[in-house]
Formats: sequence, structure tokens, C-alpha cells
Amino acid sequence: MTSGTSRYDAIVIGGGHNGLVAAAYLARAGKKVVVLERRPLVGGAAVTEEVVPGFKFSVFSYVVSLLRPEIIRELDLPSHGLQILPLESTVTPMDNGDYFAGWGDADESRAELRRHSPRDVEAMAQFGRLMVHMGMAVKPILSMVPPDPSSLAPSDLKGLLALAKHFRSLGSEKFHALYKLMTMSSADYLDEWFEFDTLKATKGASGIIGTFLGPRSPGTAYVLLHHYMGEIDGAFRAWGFQKGGTGAISNAIASAARAFGAEIRTDAPVSKVLTSGSHVSGVVLGNGDELRAPLVISGLDPRLTFTQLLDPKTLPSDLVDGVRKYKFRGSSGKVNLALKTLPEFTCFRNDRDLALRAARGAFSISPTVEYLEHAYDDAKYGQFSRQPYMDIVIPSMIDPGMAPPGQHVMSIFVQYAPFDVTGGWDDAKRDAFGNTVIKTLSCYAPNLESIIVGKQVITPADIERITGLSEGNIFQGELALHQLFFLRPVPKWAKYRTPVRGFWQCGSGTHPGGGIMGASGRIAAMEILKAGTSA
Amino acid sequence: MLLTTPFHSRTAPLIRAQTWRRWAGYQVASAYDPHPDREYASIRNAAVLIDVSPLYKYRITGKDAARLLDRMVTRDVMKCAVGQVLYTPWCDAHGKVIDDGTISRLDEGTYRLTSAEPNARWLHLNSHGLDVNVEDISYQTGALALQGPFSPTILQQLSPADLGSLKYFRLVHTTIRDTPITISRTGYTGDLGYELWIDASDGVAVWDALMDVGRNYGLVPAGIWALDIARIEAGLIMLDVDYFSAHHAMIPDQLSTPYEINLGWTVSDTKGPFNGISALHDEKRRGASWSFVGLEIDWVSYEKLHQERGLAPHVSNIAWRASHPLYRGGKQVGYATSGTWSPLLKKYLALGHMSADSGTPGTQVEIEFTVEHRRKRARCAVRRLPFFDPPRKKA
Repeated sequence: MTSGTSRYDAIVIGGGHNGLVAAAYLARAGKKVVVLERRPLVGGAAVTEEVVPGFKFSVFSYVVSLLRPEIIRELDLPSHGLQILPLESTVTPMDNGDYFAGWGDADESRAELRRHSPRDVEAMAQFGRLMVHMGMAVKPILSMVPPDPSSLAPSDLKGLLALAKHFRSLGSEKFHALYKLMTMSSADYLDEWFEFDTLKATKGASGIIGTFLGPRSPGTAYVLLHHYMGEIDGAFRAWGFQKGGTGAISNAIASAARAFGAEIRTDAPVSKVLTSGSHVSGVVLGNGDELRAPLVISGLDPRLTFTQLLDPKTLPSDLVDGVRKYKFRGSSGKVNLALKTLPEFTCFRNDRDLALRAARGAFSISPTVEYLEHAYDDAKYGQFSRQPYMDIVIPSMIDPGMAPPGQHVMSIFVQYAPFDVTGGWDDAKRDAFGNTVIKTLSCYAPNLESIIVGKQVITPADIERITGLSEGNIFQGELALHQLFFLRPVPKWAKYRTPVRGFWQCGSGTHPGGGIMGASGRIAAMEILKAGTSA
Repeated sequence: MLLTTPFHSRTAPLIRAQTWRRWAGYQVASAYDPHPDREYASIRNAAVLIDVSPLYKYRITGKDAARLLDRMVTRDVMKCAVGQVLYTPWCDAHGKVIDDGTISRLDEGTYRLTSAEPNARWLHLNSHGLDVNVEDISYQTGALALQGPFSPTILQQLSPADLGSLKYFRLVHTTIRDTPITISRTGYTGDLGYELWIDASDGVAVWDALMDVGRNYGLVPAGIWALDIARIEAGLIMLDVDYFSAHHAMIPDQLSTPYEINLGWTVSDTKGPFNGISALHDEKRRGASWSFVGLEIDWVSYEKLHQERGLAPHVSNIAWRASHPLYRGGKQVGYATSGTWSPLLKKYLALGHMSADSGTPGTQVEIEFTVEHRRKRARCAVRRLPFFDPPRKKA
């Protein structure tokens, strides 16, 4: 790296997927852009690393769900290596030794659900239709700059008017359904529809991922929508497993950004954002180098953006206070296993074909709603769950390149593992957490322990330490209603801007946030380009 | 009774939803899963085994074997080396395409022709005065397509041949676990892959050996639905879908020359007389009046047609084989013949015939769809074929 001062049109801090997306769009518009990533590899929480020799882990984030179709299209990500493979099924082993499966084929799924509850088969069809309507109602919001309802600024009024028109067009029935969905707990909401507990637990589990809430906590129902949001773009088939792990998505976006002329520097931590008067002027790197640019965009979370990159003393106190109150509360961990063969789930009762088919999909350890709520109870009182919720995939079943021939990698997303565990996280507690996960899973797949040839246990403290994400929250702050839309990350600063002119935010801590979606990075870049040099 | 292939005892129990289809009088799998998503993904990411036994196969021997084929097809068969494979169409005397297939030179004097339709009579008609022997080996030869990036890894563990040095469109005679087999580096997916030619009685043993070793590399059997998506991405035409045989056309409009179906490159300029030579040389001078092109349907435009009706856009996970009119400036300028969503490229693709003056890549046209019973037109752009052409295919 050259020392001294270099000049750019725009500097993006953090090579997570949103930072890379923003960089790609800015470079596409002709800006001279540099991305500065602290780690030796880009991706943030979407990285693939060969932790055990021969075994590649999607270390943190592990599936592709809502990566925006317009980003895939506009950046032509397939030509840069995006290759999404179908992850078709979810199997939930039950306490009675049976299982409940959602298969890739609708008829097969219906036949399966009929075994458990013929009534729920009918409910499912109705529920699915409503969710598609709700998803279509919400979808435009995902790609808009959130207008502030308390503002009288023309741009806000215009946005609010568009929103009001949009909701009016839904009709009262759908609007009321949407209101319920936005306010209820997922358990209560699903109770209105279904009777089969394992179905409710498995569906409800999607409402708690990445939050410090339980299935009976109000405000968890709306996340049920997320699955159906994917379905609306179902024709696009952007739901599944990325070949080479989630790091390959980051690499594809990085490759697109480079193709548009962006420069990407790794091992390049930023220690400070430089200002000149009320304007941003550049950044200082960890090694003391200074880079100059009239635009600096932070892909880091709000806490890092406003209290580390900038001096909070120079910022309005309501913003600093809002950031202080913004909830991260990382609640999940990850256990990645290298396996010498496939685990044998007892629920398949030696049906080898069925077991193989299921192994190409996900496993959900969510036998009952009560199980999930109990798991949350432990977390409320400062412990990791003694019997945690787990979302499990075996990427090597879909992508043979992830492990040596015949061997496998298993990715286990685990909730709850509170960042603020009583006494704090240390090596002993991490071991105990890993053992709890393996022991719990062994109840369903007894051969698990005997086939492990390598493992990586990741607590929220590890997530923070490795990726920098505050309190180990994978979404850069909880996806809870009070931190969404015009409130994300804090009121009045939800439009990607900051009080420092030319300094912008583009991470998952801005609207709409979420998984490997890229929407925050794209909307931020669009806003920056729209603002031109006047920003 | 429909015919069954040499692999039937293995494929039949695997077709979970009984999604059989007819192909040249045989019954084969449309898909083994109820839908083709995973089988298609495996073509591009792992490896698949496709039963392509229903292809017609002829062994041509005798002093004039090469001359017979050279007289019949558009490519120069005299230049075909031992161990080489040629893809070629063949035409009637007016230069209209009858069929397309491959010619493999199995040894010094032995050739194998594959075709989509029966060609025994046509071979016979063309062999007048020649010293040749044409043998229909369709029934006695099983054919498997082993396609996908992991196919060489799988094959190399079963065969003593050096497959790493087997070039694109070359073949080798070898064994798989002691069973004699011919392996050609060919296929209909546009990907890295092979076709395996086996005595019918050895079919099951070869299938078992491949599945046994392939398990660790994600090998799955795949049906025609998955193949159809792949071949459209690869821009490969299909008889009776994208064009009609001169032997079946009822009216002149149904006829195509090689130039009109993107196969102009197969027409030799230099070789001696062959079927259709003067018509084809004339057409080359004049320029063909039709182009066969790739089409990329604008997703935003397609999505909008559905949004106008309050719907999310839908595309089947099975390729369509239907005629969709193409318009430019309000006038019909062609028709698409097959199309698919490309799960890999994340683009909605089609193949179609276009009047030559609208066939230049980049030309903006419109394609007709029916959305909720109403005729709609989506924006669409002419693209160069193939849509997908990975370096590994020929590497």
C-alpha cells in the first residue's frame, strides 16, 4: 500500500455486502471509489473460510434469502459468480420420534401436512394467499427511502402520500390484516390459523431469528412475512444456498464493483473519519495513512459509525442518545461442524432415501412453540438456552465443493445465545455452549458426536470480535418494529444521511436492514447520487 | 407398448412422481424429483446422469462410409480424424434441414451417426453406388450423458483412460470397471460433460458404477426437463420444437435452411458435392431471410405486465415449447419457439426465428404473452447465442 494521501470521489468504510453494493453502484455511476475493509477478506458477516482443512464454512450468515433481484440484475452478479442452488425443504424432528417436513413440491408438502393435520392443509393455502398479498403490500417499502411521518419536508410528504395511496389501494380487509401482522406475536398470530404445534413452532421460529424476543413476544408476527417476500420474487429463484458459501456472494459483489472500477483494499482498518467544518473530508487508516474524498460512506453499524468513526461530542445529542438506546443485543451463535459422514436422524427410521432427500434441505430444531419460549426464558435471565432453537443446513449435500468427497460441513444457527450472558463469554462458556448444541442435536441424530472431525463454535462475543458487529448482532441491530423504517437506526437520521455533510450510512443498521439483502447499500448509493455534490 | 431403455430397471424406481414422457417411442423421465430445480442445478454445479438412449444410432462401415456421410451432411466429413466427433445438420436437395446429429469416427473405417429421427431410409437412398454397410444400432446401444463440472472427476475414478487429455468433441474407447465403453466429450447441456456409449446389456452395470462413485460428488439422475433448461441456455436447437424436418413440413414456411437456424457455420465452402450444395451456396451469397436468435425478455417489463393485474410474476420451472409472436414497431417480425427462466443467469431467455433485418444482437423487440387471459407484450432484446458458454466446456 502506498503511504501518504490519496484522493477519491468516495470512500466506503467496511467491505460487508452492503458496503460492496454501495461501492458498486457509485462506481457504476463513474465515481472513483475505494472500499476499506479491516479484515483480510471482504464480506463482513457473509464470508466463507476454510476453518478445518478441506472443509469450507459459511462462517456466520449461511443462506441467501432476500438478495434483491434488482441488485442481481443491475450489477449482473451471475456473471461475477453468483450461483444460487436450491435449498428445497425444511424438516423438523418431533418429540414423539416422528418428523414434520415442508418439501420443495407443493403436493408433497400438502400430503405431509395432512399426516399431522388435515385442517391445517386448508388453512395453509389460505394463509399463503394472505401472506402473498401482505408481502406485495410491503414490498415497495423495501426499496423506498423511508419518509418521516412527523416531517413536513416536501420529500417526506411525497413519500408519505405515496405510502398512504399504496395502503389505501390494499382495501380495508388487507390493511387490517397487515396491522394485526405488524403488532401481534407470531405465536398468537399462528394460533389464529393453525392447530399443529410443530408447524406453528417451525413457522414462528422465523419470527425470532436475530431478535431478543420469543415467539410469544408482540411484534414478532410480521417477520413471518419475510418468507413470503421471497416467494413473491419466487420466479427469480434467489432463495437458497450460494455455491461456495455466502463468502462467494460477497466476492461476486466485490467483483462487480471492481469491474465498474472500484478499488477494494483489505487489511485496511479505518480509525477515524476526517471532517473539515461541517463537511467530511476523508478517513485515517489504522497505519496513519490518510485518504481524501468528498464522500465517505459507512457500512458499519450505527454504534461504530457515530461513536467510533466520528467523535460523538461533535454530534447532536439526540442522535447520540438515539444510538445509545438503539438495541443490538446479539442473541444467536453459530456452530460449524466438519463431519466425516452424514448424521443419521432417528426420525427417518432407516429410510435412507428420505434421509438423503432431507439432508439436502434444512433441519429446524423447533419441536413445539413451548420449546422455543423455554429457550427464550433462559436467555431472558442471562443464560444461553439449555435446549436452543437451531436452523441447520448441510451445504456439502448441495455443493460438493464444500467438503472432501463423502464428507460434510454442517452449519448450525443457534438461538438463544445472549451477548450479555451472565459473567460474560469466555473459553469455558464457549465450550459449554458448543457442547449444549451438540448434545441437543444428538437427541435427534445420535451418531453426531462420533462423526465430528472438526468444529468451530461462535458466540455473539466472537461475532463482535471477528466482524466488529456490535454485540454480535448479525443484522446490525435488532429487526424489531421500534427500530424499523423511519426509526432505523434513529428518528430523523433514517435516510442514510448523517449530521456531517458528505458522510453517509449504508449498512444493515439502516432501512430496510435484514439478511444478505443489499437493499440498504443500494438505496443509500441512489440517495448519494441523487444528492450529487450538494450533499 | 412404449419401448424402454437399457437403464429402465434403474431409472423407473427413481421417478418419484411418475413423470414419464415419450421420446422417439421410448418412455424416459421428465424428471426424477417432482420438478426439475435440483436436477438442473446439478448440471451446472455438480454432475448429472441423463438417459439419452432414445437417440437413433447408425453404424456405417465399408470403403465408402466417409463418402456416404460426406455426401449427406453439410460438414466436411473427410476432415474428421479417427476419434473425432462432428456435430452437423443434413439437408434435402433444396438445402432444407432434415435433421441434426453427431458423426463419430470410431476407427479408421467405422462411423456412428446419431439423429433425432429415424434416418435408415435416408442413409439407404444416399448410398446408391457406394460400398457401404449401414447398421441400425439404436436398440443395441445404450447412451448416457454424464454432464456437469464434476463429471471428469467421477469418470476418471472408473476408467483407465486419460480423460484429462480428452478434448472437446473427441472420443476414446476404454472401460468402466472392465465393461467396454466409448466415451465422447460431447453433450447437449453446454457444460463440461461426456456421453457414454455402451452395449445395451452392459447398461445397468455402468449406471451402477457411475452412481456408486458419483454419490460423493453430488451426482443425480436428471430428466429431460432439466436438460431442456440447460440446452436453451446453451442456445442448442431442438428438432420439432425450434424447427421442423424437411421430411415432415407440410408447407414451405415450415422449412429451414442451416443459415436460418444458426447453423451456417456447419456448411462447408470447400468440399465436393453434397445434398443441397447449390441452394446453400446461393443462400450464403444472397444472405438468409431468417435468423435464429437468442432473446432476453426484460424482467422489469414482464413483472409490470403482472403487476398491472395485481399479480406477482410467474415463470414455470419447466421450459416452454410454444410459439410466441415477436413484434418490432408494431409489426410481427418473428416468433419465439422455446423459452425458460434461467436459474443460473437470472434472466428470462428464449430462442426464436426473426426476420434477418431484425436479427442483429441488441435489437429491441416485443414478445407476446398471455397474462390473465389478456394478450400482452413484454420488452425483449435480441442476444447472441449461446447465452451461457463456460470456459470449462472446452478446457
